[in-house]
Amino acid sequence: MGLYRPFAELQNMTTSESQLISRDDRQTVGEQFVEDARMTCRDVNVFYGEKQAVQNVSIDIGRHEVLAMIGPSGCGKSTFLRCLNRMNDTIDICRVTGEITLDGNNIYDKNIDIVSLRALIGMVFQKPNPFPKSIYDNIAYGPTIHGLTDSNSELDAIVESSLVKAGLWDEVKDRLDQPGTGLSGGQQQRLCIARAIAVEPEVILMDEPCSALDPIATAKVEELIAELRRQYTIVIVTHNMQQAARVSQRTAYFHLGDLIEVGYTDKLFTTPRHQLTEDYITGRFG
Amino acid sequence: MSSSLLLVFLLVLSAIAFHLGRRKALAVGRASGSPRSLHSRPVYYGALTALWCGLPAIVLFVLWQTLESTVIVRLTLSTLPDEIRSLPDASLGLVVNDIKNLAAGNSFGGIKDPAIEAAANYYRHLQDIGSLIQSGALTVIGLVAMVLGLSRISPKLRARNQVETVVRVVLITCSTIAIFTTIGIILSVLFEAIRFFQHVPLTDFLFGLKWSPQTAIRSDQVGSSGAFGAVPVFTGTLMISALAMMVAVPIGLMSAIYLAEYAGKKVRAVGKPLIEILAGIPTVVYGFFAALVVAPFIRDLGARFGISVSSESALAAGLIMGIMIIPFIMSISDDVINAVPQAMRDGSYALGATKSETVRLVLLPAALPGIVGGILLAVSRAIGETMIVVMAAGLSANLTANPLQAVTTVTVQIVTLLVGDQEFDSPKTLAAFALGLLLFLVTLMLNVTALYIVRKYREQYE
Repeated sequence: MGLYRPFAELQNMTTSESQLISRDDRQTVGEQFVEDARMTCRDVNVFYGEKQAVQNVSIDIGRHEVLAMIGPSGCGKSTFLRCLNRMNDTIDICRVTGEITLDGNNIYDKNIDIVSLRALIGMVFQKPNPFPKSIYDNIAYGPTIHGLTDSNSELDAIVESSLVKAGLWDEVKDRLDQPGTGLSGGQQQRLCIARAIAVEPEVILMDEPCSALDPIATAKVEELIAELRRQYTIVIVTHNMQQAARVSQRTAYFHLGDLIEVGYTDKLFTTPRHQLTEDYITGRFG
Repeated sequence: MSSSLLLVFLLVLSAIAFHLGRRKALAVGRASGSPRSLHSRPVYYGALTALWCGLPAIVLFVLWQTLESTVIVRLTLSTLPDEIRSLPDASLGLVVNDIKNLAAGNSFGGIKDPAIEAAANYYRHLQDIGSLIQSGALTVIGLVAMVLGLSRISPKLRARNQVETVVRVVLITCSTIAIFTTIGIILSVLFEAIRFFQHVPLTDFLFGLKWSPQTAIRSDQVGSSGAFGAVPVFTGTLMISALAMMVAVPIGLMSAIYLAEYAGKKVRAVGKPLIEILAGIPTVVYGFFAALVVAPFIRDLGARFGISVSSESALAAGLIMGIMIIPFIMSISDDVINAVPQAMRDGSYALGATKSETVRLVLLPAALPGIVGGILLAVSRAIGETMIVVMAAGLSANLTANPLQAVTTVTVQIVTLLVGDQEFDSPKTLAAFALGLLLFLVTLMLNVTALYIVRKYREQYE
């Protein structure tokens, strides 16, 4: 009997592997919907001209959760992220169909003002992009254009609290009048996060926020994300699976424009349900 | 052999040298194992041989061309009788011209002097000998240098490095030509201006309020002794340039913003070249448009409102000059705004900024140094502009701040001072150089400022 044991285990493994959904099935599996969602997306398709970049994506984004989106390059995760605050509107040939709601309102509705929408859904980009202005003016930019303040002292308070929340205050409080472009890469990225926080959004979208940063700066930004989760809903696109595992509660795996699997992060990385997901997280793909 | 034919011959010889050098290098490479054993690729050996063959010959050719005529003239003059050789320099120059003309076969008015005719024949004879020697010498030098170059080819010869050095020297020479030309222009203007300041004190020129350069040409003539105060002329220039800027900066900048940020791809593809056509219109054409259409229009418009406008007005010239400058400002501003990274726009839009807020608060401040650089370049152009002002603004040097009156500018005065029959030692004519020098200094300062700002702009990102 003992002789056959390894074989039996092997058989077990094969059966467990055969329980994975086959690579050809592109139906989304897993916990893509949540109760009491902040944002809902239904059947979202994105086209660049004739080419379809995102197909039939339906997913909810819960309150105060960090949703990580992973997948190989070109899988449409950044494109999908940019649909959530209609940044794709700035690209002429880009067309979005389907329904995306924020707190129950369709953000692609004709009556929605894109300006106030983007004030509610902030965004942080892959490469830190502070304006070539002073640190103070970088933060003050959003509150000023939205008329959030009446007086300079109020503005000062917003700038300070945003920088404090972004964990940058102690590093820059003595040089607020110096250009934001003079900061280090990690500081610049936290400045951009502070800039997004300053307009008091509900959701913050982050498009590979740490890909241009060194490990120490990355750790700081990840700490910050964990901190911000208490107040904001965060969607983060990342290439780094460890990062997704560290910062997120749920993870969505995209593959060639399809949303393949959504699951609680700890589960998704240990027991994926879809063959493609397993291929990716075990490094067999991508 | 004529000079141009000789030059072609040298080039052909170099081409042959290139071919031979390359073949020899290949052969040497094969002999010592593989082409890899050569220091450089065979092409470089070919190029080096061609340079060996061509460069010394061409240097000699250039030297010969510059020195030949002096030597021949000297030799010819030495054969002339003493009474001609003892003539003053100016008359001697005329004699030399006669000889040259006669030698070239153009005899004007039938020169009878046998001495000069003999000299002309001798001159022609010398020329023939000279060109024969030249052809022979160049061919020999080319061939010898080619053989020498070929014999130097070995796997260890660092042909690539030597060719690169020659290329670098050529590039340096080209860039110094522009510099030396600038220096030459400055010096020529400077020396004439110094002569002017020997007649008119510098302070009178810089601070004088009256410009009336009419001086008596002959000593018995009754005429004003001239007043050379540059202030009215420069205020005219500044006023017209300022008017032009008032037209060009807003229109140019706004069209640049439209094209860079608002216009679709198709509009941009058509619109930008269309506006840039404005830059291709000769300024003379702008000039008569200003003089025939715009100036009368402004005068009539003024008359309707009971304002007297002279038919040649600074306003007309300024307006049209502004139109002329629009494409410069637009083109540079458009490029600069486009050069602002997309990340800046994304960052601003993601914060909920509208297009106009993004333009006003992010793009323009970021592009400002570049735009200012463009504007300053346009200002230098406006200051240097002549034709429009000649036609539309008039010639009278009024010291006035009223754009509805006729004024004149520095460039226009320079033109009028130098046009017509003039002595080149009267202050009236020399004043043109002083004006030119001052104008040059003003535009130089503007350009330096512009370059400084543009350079600073480059450091702004990254």
